[in-house]
Amino acid sequence: MTRPPARRRTAVAAYIIRRVFAAVLLLLVVSAVTFAIFFLVPRLGGQTLDSMAAQYVGKSPDPDVIAAVKKNLGLDQPLYLQYWHFIKGIVVGAEYQFGPDPVTCNAPCFGYSFKTHTEIWPQLVDRIPVTLSLAVGAAVIWVISGVAIGVVSALKRGSFFDRISMGVALAGVSLPMFFTGLVVLALFGNGEYVPFTDDPVAWASSLVLPWCTLALLYSALYARLTRAGMLETMGEDYIRTARAKGLKERKVVVKHGLRSALTPLVTIFGMDFALLLGGAVITERVFSFQGLGAFAIQGVTTADLPKVMGVTLVAAFFIVICNLLVDLVYAAIDPRVRLS
Amino acid sequence: MSGATKKDSQAADAVPAPRSGDDHAFLSVRNLSVHFDTDDGLVKSVDGVSFDLEAGQTLGIVGESGSGKSVTSLGIMGLHTSERARIGGEIWLDGEELIGSGPERVRKLRGQKMAMIFQDPLSALHPYYSIGAQIVEAHRVHNKVDKKTARKRAIEMLDRVGIPEPHRRYEDYPHQFSGGMRQRAMIAMALVNNPQLLIADEPTTALDVTVQAQILDLIRDLQKEFGSAVVMITHDLGVVAEIADSLLVMYAGRCIERGTAEKVFYEPQHPYTWGLLGSMPRIDREQTERLIPVKGSPPSLINVPSGCAFHPRCPYADVPPDNITRTERPELQQVSDGHYSACHMSREQRERIWTEEIAPKL
Ligand SMILES: Nc1ncnc2c1ncn2[C@@H]1O[C@H](COP(=O)(O)OP(=O)(O)O)[C@@H](O)[C@H]1O
Ligand code: SF4
Ligand SMILES: [Mg+2]
Repeated sequence: MTRPPARRRTAVAAYIIRRVFAAVLLLLVVSAVTFAIFFLVPRLGGQTLDSMAAQYVGKSPDPDVIAAVKKNLGLDQPLYLQYWHFIKGIVVGAEYQFGPDPVTCNAPCFGYSFKTHTEIWPQLVDRIPVTLSLAVGAAVIWVISGVAIGVVSALKRGSFFDRISMGVALAGVSLPMFFTGLVVLALFGNGEYVPFTDDPVAWASSLVLPWCTLALLYSALYARLTRAGMLETMGEDYIRTARAKGLKERKVVVKHGLRSALTPLVTIFGMDFALLLGGAVITERVFSFQGLGAFAIQGVTTADLPKVMGVTLVAAFFIVICNLLVDLVYAAIDPRVRLS
Repeated sequence: MSGATKKDSQAADAVPAPRSGDDHAFLSVRNLSVHFDTDDGLVKSVDGVSFDLEAGQTLGIVGESGSGKSVTSLGIMGLHTSERARIGGEIWLDGEELIGSGPERVRKLRGQKMAMIFQDPLSALHPYYSIGAQIVEAHRVHNKVDKKTARKRAIEMLDRVGIPEPHRRYEDYPHQFSGGMRQRAMIAMALVNNPQLLIADEPTTALDVTVQAQILDLIRDLQKEFGSAVVMITHDLGVVAEIADSLLVMYAGRCIERGTAEKVFYEPQHPYTWGLLGSMPRIDREQTERLIPVKGSPPSLINVPSGCAFHPRCPYADVPPDNITRTERPELQQVSDGHYSACHMSREQRERIWTEEIAPKL
């Protein structure tokens, strides 16, 4: 079609710039809050610098090690300086004077585990693909199946299909992941995660069961949401107008109905997906996948704070990014958003 | 009447006995009923409505809200999609019966031969598509033309309905239009395929008073230009009195008076029509001087009052003898040529009340 007029293009560009700017700002705020949670809140809770430093090392640490950690982390410095070092570490890397040899934490330095003497970032990088594979595959399955079931249920409200699928959906929503996951495990056994780059086919087949397990829950939820959304939209005046034009019912449903019905789903999907990217904790646990969720659990159980903080930051990053994408998709869908 | 020869040839095989041996009018509605099967009971939204409308003429349908005007018009358009709608009677459009023909056939006529505009143009337009795109869509459903041609046609229509800078406004979305402009755009969309029948369901009710007259003028002008028949629905008699050729007054899903606009407006023969006239805003009179509008509220359409459905609100319910207003439903009776009214009072009684009690107060 024709190019949009200039005033419209400027309005859209301004909108995008505003949203991106807001996202960057949000990332800074989120990192500061995360930082505060890990470094400030324990102080407020009455912990001494020594006891905090002690958390970064083994169970019965010797005072020299504690002192080294305290100094390396800069726990004795003012908070804004600590935050500054922390951000600087992400950008240019950091160096810790620990024992005789200095340890370097390469940029982006998302912390250093003094317990296992490992940098956090490379471990995160190892685990992100696992969680990402899980989340993306499951999302594709649950969006397609959930929306399809929801639309058909709405159009055939009260039919046999509607009753059955909504009954199953209710069960799907109510069943705990542990249960479905364990049932699937018992029925089909477990496979090892195979990286996509090694063998895409083996990758997919190693993921099918976790995908389906994860998707079942969401698919049920999305079917219900889609059905409710469709029932509401198909009663709108503009649907009547579309029919009054003489459009075929299929076109009325898809072009005029579904598009509006799915809009609110974009926000919900953005959040669900973002939260999953921060670690599909239960699924990873059930299927023994080494994803971000498993990494966080490991960090918590071994009281290895840098690990937990690393996952938290990555999760927060995904949430901010998904939020930004949701905003942009919304603007693409709804002209009232992008042109006001 | 235009197209008379075509109609005559169709009449022989397609049209069964219509109004006394005559051919069907361009739009002929016979005993239309639309009932909804709801959990509370059967809602008789339209219950036996009949009327004729010749090509190029305007019929005004008036009545309080809830009297079944919209349901009637949606019925003509075949837009009752609910599975709970029970539709009966006959609708003849240009010699073709619509209720008995399949939904696919009626879909092809919708937007092509008959078009409709609605009360609230903001909610009737899709918020996600540009005004132009929505008009183009309406054109391309029924015409095999490329996008460029359709676009040209849409801009031409926008221009015709009085949208300034139609090339630019073509790209705008409904939320960027004012209320009056949206209704203009709806009209452009409805008329894009030159329909022979336009149904306007309270097209000005949601608009500013200043804009209302402009929209009515526009519809009238376009009707002259396109020669379409128009069904103009309103709850305000004043709106249609001057543009309609004939009027139909609805109460509780039924027609209680119908005739030429002249007759119904100046010699109304039904107490409910008197009430409607009384509730018309008049610029030349003081508010207090006006006749009290129809008292009470519209009846339930599930348990329609016995006898005359209007009797609980009618000041003259006891004028006819033997309590007949509460036991027997008055049928439409011819009052004069082409003027019908459904009331148990005798013609003399009605004329006396009208001339002595009602007309002087209006
Ligand atoms: N789909 C439906 N199901 C049940 N009742 C309906 C439906 N559509 C309309 N009605 C009822 O029919 C009556 C007439 O409605 P309508 O034709 O919209 O009145 P109006 O004269 O104001 O246009 C109202 O009481 C309304 O509640
Ligand atoms: S029939 Fe009786 S109740 Fe009905 S309008 Fe006439 S006088 Fe009134
Ligand atoms: Mg209405």
